[in-house]
Amino acid sequence: MSHRLPSGGLFIDRSSPLEFRFDGKTRSGFAGDTLASALLAAGQGVMGRSFKYHRPRGPLASGAEEPNALVTLGRDARAEPNIAATRAALAEGLEAASQNRWPSLACDIGAVNGLFARLLPAGFYYKTFMAPRAGWHRLFEPVIRRAAGLGKAPTQADPDRYEQIHAFCDLLVVGGGAAGLQAAMVAARAGQRVIVLEQGAHLMARSRVDGAEIDGLSAEVWHDRTAAALDQRPDVQLRRNTVALGLYDHGLVLAEETVTEGAKGAPRKRLWRIRAGRVVLATGAQERPLAFAGNDVPGVMLASAMRDYLTGWAVAPGRQVVVVTNNDDAYRTVLALHCAGIAVPAVLDARAQVTGALPAQVRALGIPVLAGQGIAQVLGRGRVMGVRTCHQAGDGTVTGEFACDAIAMSGGWSPNVHLWSHSGGKLRWDMVQAQFTPDPERPPTGAGGGPLAVVVGAANGTASLAGALREAVLAAGGTDADLPEVTEPDEHPPEPVWIMPAGAPPSARAKMFLDFQNDVTVADVQLAAREGYVSVEHAKRYTTLGMATDQGKLGNINGLGVLADALGAPIPQVGTTTFRPPYLPATLGVLAGEARGALFQPLRRLPLHTQHQGLGAEWEPVGQWRRPTTYPRGGESTLQATNREVLAVRGAVGLCDASTLGKILVKGPDAGRFLDMIYTGRISAIPLGRCRYGLICTEQGFLSDDGVVVRLAEDEWLCHTTSGGAARIHAMMEDWLQTEWFDWQVYILDQTEQFGQLVLAGPRARQVLAAVTDLDVSAKALPFMTSVAGEVAGVAARVHRISFSGELSYEIAVPAGDTGRLWDARLAAGGDAGITPYGTHALHVLRAEKGFIVVGDESDGTVTPQDLGLGWAVAAGKADFLGKRGLQRVALQDPDRWRLVGLEATDGAVLPEGAYIAAPGRNAAGQGNVQGRVTSSYWSPVLRRGIALALLRHGPDRMGEVVELPLIGGGVAMARVVAICAYDPDGVRQHV
Amino acid sequence: MSEREYVLGGADYRGYVRIHEVTPGLVLLRGDAAVQALALAELGLAVPAQRRMIAAGGRMAGWMAPDEILLVLPVAEVAAVLARLALALVGRHHLLADISDSRVVLRLEGPRWREVLAKAVPVDLAPAVFGAGELRRAPAGQVPVAFWTEGDDAVLIAMRSVAGYVFDLLSVLARPGAEVGLFD
Repeated sequence: MSHRLPSGGLFIDRSSPLEFRFDGKTRSGFAGDTLASALLAAGQGVMGRSFKYHRPRGPLASGAEEPNALVTLGRDARAEPNIAATRAALAEGLEAASQNRWPSLACDIGAVNGLFARLLPAGFYYKTFMAPRAGWHRLFEPVIRRAAGLGKAPTQADPDRYEQIHAFCDLLVVGGGAAGLQAAMVAARAGQRVIVLEQGAHLMARSRVDGAEIDGLSAEVWHDRTAAALDQRPDVQLRRNTVALGLYDHGLVLAEETVTEGAKGAPRKRLWRIRAGRVVLATGAQERPLAFAGNDVPGVMLASAMRDYLTGWAVAPGRQVVVVTNNDDAYRTVLALHCAGIAVPAVLDARAQVTGALPAQVRALGIPVLAGQGIAQVLGRGRVMGVRTCHQAGDGTVTGEFACDAIAMSGGWSPNVHLWSHSGGKLRWDMVQAQFTPDPERPPTGAGGGPLAVVVGAANGTASLAGALREAVLAAGGTDADLPEVTEPDEHPPEPVWIMPAGAPPSARAKMFLDFQNDVTVADVQLAAREGYVSVEHAKRYTTLGMATDQGKLGNINGLGVLADALGAPIPQVGTTTFRPPYLPATLGVLAGEARGALFQPLRRLPLHTQHQGLGAEWEPVGQWRRPTTYPRGGESTLQATNREVLAVRGAVGLCDASTLGKILVKGPDAGRFLDMIYTGRISAIPLGRCRYGLICTEQGFLSDDGVVVRLAEDEWLCHTTSGGAARIHAMMEDWLQTEWFDWQVYILDQTEQFGQLVLAGPRARQVLAAVTDLDVSAKALPFMTSVAGEVAGVAARVHRISFSGELSYEIAVPAGDTGRLWDARLAAGGDAGITPYGTHALHVLRAEKGFIVVGDESDGTVTPQDLGLGWAVAAGKADFLGKRGLQRVALQDPDRWRLVGLEATDGAVLPEGAYIAAPGRNAAGQGNVQGRVTSSYWSPVLRRGIALALLRHGPDRMGEVVELPLIGGGVAMARVVAICAYDPDGVRQHV
Repeated sequence: MSEREYVLGGADYRGYVRIHEVTPGLVLLRGDAAVQALALAELGLAVPAQRRMIAAGGRMAGWMAPDEILLVLPVAEVAAVLARLALALVGRHHLLADISDSRVVLRLEGPRWREVLAKAVPVDLAPAVFGAGELRRAPAGQVPVAFWTEGDDAVLIAMRSVAGYVFDLLSVLARPGAEVGLFD
């Protein structure tokens, strides 16, 4: 049974005991423990159940690659599922729960799945789901979802905070091992800015655990000195607990930091967006499991992980440990076990010849090393009780038996090449070490064609520490003088072992796990090969090999070896699957960063936002703006308030905030010529101080925006755009100026936010305005469609006499900061005259009564000015303008196009907006034909009936005709085709 | 006018960096190199190089684009400066406008303003790179901003309508406990 050793432990602080809970039981550990090390220390070897067969599983690894020991951390809103216990730092009060088991971890009913393993072969899902469709949602979906699942996502909002940060450096080192630190030190000494990212809590964990010697010092002492020296440098950022998630185009590196310290207010995690001059990948290598029958029984562990637990956390995996390997490195584990006083009954080495220095040391201790031997069978179900051995080259015939309660396995090492591959770096197969290594001839390339990154050390397939340090020094721009001295034993190369033993029978192959989390075995991969899956990418998806949360960090290469064997093809020809970011699962919250709640999206506030709030405004989004729709009073419904506001404008005077209207200043000797190109009309011909309604089309001839243009000076125009169109039209103008007419002398400026704009509309508007200005606002001095500058309510203003309501109307623009003063003065001035603030609902009713269009209601990107009866605003005689050529296309000249008309329901009701107007017959798809649709529809309180605008085929030629509009939910509305303008068709009211 | 209204009522957040609203006057000038030289000479200022801000006599001129200069000056001077420049630039193609009301201006005070700003903008803010007299335009979170150094502090401008968003964003990022030590 696993237990804590009486002394030792590089990573733990025995003076700081911690209590935590696992599946409701209180346990204790030490500061520096991971959840996995503390559970092992407490004798808890089983930490989870596998995905498909619900087999009991213990930790296989000691770090981020762990496939088995997945738990849910925290509870309620802070519950975080599928966290590797090997990555979870122990904290006082930590709560963890095992997953995928019912009713308990020890006794899981779902484990019955294991008995039916033969019914769940590779491709099970694809094969089963060929069954009748009804089976999907009644049977397969619910049953399988319940049976095969990991942790549950929390249902409450995440209460924690996340943030992001941008960082820049000359050298980014990914990986805080010895090579990474040495690269950082060399660059830092040369005065460079350096960032080092270490995914774990500890720097140099591998060489410290392995007891390497550097510069005549133990790795522990060298580590202390180097880390302290780097920590002191202001130009070096040493970030522990920070995982590089991906290396992206142009060398961007994203990294997720788990914030371990910090008071209240600290974010839980932080996303780093790093731009580096150079990227050095010192990401190390991953030990591979061996595929023998029963390699998933709790107690079987990677050899390197076992010595991490022994030396790092003073946790022994058992009292008697058999070590099985195909390489020299695993002998370090034997030595570590021996030092810790753990018995090693035998070392099984699959290689026929075992001659290295490390095996020699082991033999010298009297530990039997059995060459050419492997594991035929693991004894014990819920935990390891012994092994039966066999010849690796044979068919599994048992050669011996050893009692043990843990097994250390090592199948060689796979360089961590993920980041290299993320943005296109290629790999090559190293025959000697039996591993994929980065191909320096085919690196991921940046914008300049050069490599985005350099790989050093174990990540580069360099097994020796001396070699790793040399590569690191060179990558950081150092020389031989920067090379530390290293003493280390020579290691002999491994011998690839994909199946143990090579001739294992089918029954054994079905228990050799390649992907532990998804329960993919050697038999599954071989079946896929037999069924014709020759592509590694297809075999992966068919078997689900490498598709679990660990993304096959342990099992992919073994799976590839098995597939290659089954296909009789060499490994490089079969190739690997694609590595994609993120390297480890990232918390979604950290990708959103601070963009949640009030900061989810920037809201654009009107200068008068608080005034509107004070009046009890209801709001609507207009782009990112929030605009008042109505100002209900004393229990009014929205419709009642809208009606009151409309009647106030028609009968007295109303005040509306139109500050969101786009206001683009266009100035320069070529401004007139420029605007004649942008607008369909002849803007250059507008006289000084006059206003004109203008349309902007896309190049294709479709209506894009509209608004009133004012001639401010000889070479200066003010272009009003729609509220939603301001930024778009400004960008479009700037685009044309910079790319097409770069030699024209024109400057433009978006003044939308510089000015607040209030609309004073209604028969008494002049009276109210005159009360607060010395300007002559008489009909003679300031007629319809003119504009004048002056002081209003003591504020510098520009008054445009334009109307979107059909009433006598003034739009008054003042500096945004003064809008409040104007609003207050105006409401005060209107007090006796009964001035009424009105919102966008009333504004829409008022304009629709007049038949004025709204871009986005009457138009949708497929509608031309002529369709809307606005041909008068298109100066077809102009030599050119945006959309002129497009408008001449046959389809846009088609007499059958839908054109704007008014509609009046025969019963006076409000027609549904968007309703189609039916035409006789059916189309090829059997749907009823249509000949038009309703674009706007409101209740008109003045006319006391519904009014609507619609696009209708041959519309203007069909006045008086009654058309049918099928209703959602059945029934038909009948409506008469009428003129666009329903109120004051002669425009008398706005001309007073 | 000698003062202008606050956009955020003079908002002031004291986290591990202080963020508070200030109200200088802002004038935008668009024109070619000759226009820029003429206009800035009129104000006793040199033409700022790319991404630089030049200060003299209580006024500043910042490079916003090859043909765009931002003037930062006391609000009380805006009208007079506009008139003076308009006169100086008669007959030359240019655009001159008071943009004071269209922006919110925030001052970031405290030795760690670089770090807080680095959480919002993709800009290298190391003192050796973003030192005295530097100016940048960049997205902060989801909106465009411009910022420059002023003495030991930084000053940032953003569009008026999103003033609340920018202030809240920086305030959250400056919350005590969220220190990173990026430039320490």
